[in-house]
Amino acid sequence: MAFLHGASSTHSGPKSGLKSRSITPYLLLAPGLIWLVTFFIIPILSLASTSTMVRPEGAQVGTYVQELRFQNYVDAFVSNQDQYLRSFVYAGIATLLALAIAYPLAYMIAFKSGKYRNILLVLVVAPFFTSFLLRTIAWTQILGDEGPVISTLKLIPFVDDSIRLTATPFAVVSGLTYNFLPFMTLPLYASLERIDPRTLEAAGDLYANGFTTFRKVTVPLSMPGVVAGTLLTFIPAAGDYVNAALLGNPSTKMIGNVIESRFFAVVDYPTAAALSFTLMATILILVTLYIRKSGTDELV
Amino acid sequence: MPSLNHRAARWFSRNLIRIYAGLAFIYLFIPVAYTFAFSFNDAGKSNLVWQGFTLDNWKNPCGAPQVCQAVANSLQIGILSTTIATVLGTMIAFALGRHKFRGRTSTNLLIFLPMATPEVVLGASLLAMFLNLRINPGFWTIVISHVMFCISFVVVTVKARIASLDPRLEQAAMDLYANERETFRYVTLPLVMPGIAGAALLAFSLSFDDFIITNFNSGVVSTFPKFVYVSAARGIPAQANVIGSAMFFIALIIVIVGQVVSRQRKKS
Repeated sequence: MAFLHGASSTHSGPKSGLKSRSITPYLLLAPGLIWLVTFFIIPILSLASTSTMVRPEGAQVGTYVQELRFQNYVDAFVSNQDQYLRSFVYAGIATLLALAIAYPLAYMIAFKSGKYRNILLVLVVAPFFTSFLLRTIAWTQILGDEGPVISTLKLIPFVDDSIRLTATPFAVVSGLTYNFLPFMTLPLYASLERIDPRTLEAAGDLYANGFTTFRKVTVPLSMPGVVAGTLLTFIPAAGDYVNAALLGNPSTKMIGNVIESRFFAVVDYPTAAALSFTLMATILILVTLYIRKSGTDELV
Repeated sequence: MPSLNHRAARWFSRNLIRIYAGLAFIYLFIPVAYTFAFSFNDAGKSNLVWQGFTLDNWKNPCGAPQVCQAVANSLQIGILSTTIATVLGTMIAFALGRHKFRGRTSTNLLIFLPMATPEVVLGASLLAMFLNLRINPGFWTIVISHVMFCISFVVVTVKARIASLDPRLEQAAMDLYANERETFRYVTLPLVMPGIAGAALLAFSLSFDDFIITNFNSGVVSTFPKFVYVSAARGIPAQANVIGSAMFFIALIIVIVGQVVSRQRKKS
């Protein structure tokens, strides 16, 4: 095994925590980084190259040649701007809702759960063990037209009999919120749990009331968790197409749905590639701005 | 003497956050409970409406066509990609956590980027490359893609564990004339092991549950999530609920046993 190669057996050891001047780190890094370059970086470049391709006149479906046609980006964006914008709006709302649900939950586990802390943490992750598709489909049936929620709502007088919950933006946003909730809860918990209770006591000793302590001490100290949690929720939510496909209708389509159908149903690789690339670039720009603004670089 | 109402109000405000958390847990578990309940449905073809209680689905989980083939594929893919990703990711984590080298920033960026890229882009870009190279997607392209997106999560998990180690333990080993190899073998590695095990568990559950990237790079090969998605249109067989519920309980048992073991180790 490569990482057993102690290049020098002298005491260069973990005195500083870090060893220096050897080829060991490069041997350790090489296989994994080669994998990432081959199957992540090169595909992204391949995608960039596909995005400016054109299908020659009369050529077979799925055959494209490189013509550096950047107009593809404009065309792809213009014809899909609604879905594009919708993805970010839905993902943004879902992220805020998840934050509102997860913060008190993480706070309770970190400060008020006593000896049940580990059990509660397991319970946060546990729903993950049932396939997320099965859980999303369960929601389609619970909220569906024949499901328990609708039949209960219909019992209430003044509720319109044609009321629907599935195939609405509400259902898509709820699905996104639900599916990424643990991604929000765990980083929040991790940063709240690290807060020294003595800092909270100190705030109390300085005559801050409960709310002021929370606002001026707890919230700022938990910011790394808020940043990590919102990113881990927003990024997959913006690119998701499963919730929109199962819980939505044609007018709630997100950009992921368009990319998927361009690839498989329409076999229009250049448009799919241009849309993917635009999505990735937008997310990276938003993420960079967000991290700058919130002043945390400790994500990795 | 405060009235009962008053006392109830005070209890409520004091326990508000616990009530809120309780509601959040109910919300988290509603679909899990629904999936579990409908695994006992005497459903026939479409498992949409409750038809009556039966144990048949649990006695014969392979009863629905192709479901067990899909699960078998998912298990093989999960085990293969978890093994590869855990080894590669752990090596990177040790390099980052225990060594000085040039290119640390770019390495961190390369680890972070796949996690900051939406799955649909990861899936589409890999497929674009495979198609450009005239490679037909199938079993191995799924494994390749799963290793790719699992590595970063393994690195982050194991690195956190390495960072939390007390360096004095390794110094003590060296002071007792253990050489670097022995220190690694008998001190560092056992201490990091819980982190590696956790990373492997995470990688396996990510792989087993992945749909979007898999759907792009699977060709005609079916996996369990793909099976569920494809059959969603005409109604999911109750056997899928059996498998989903069984996975839930198996994973829960593994996690709880892991917690109990680590607690007993701490005591002794």
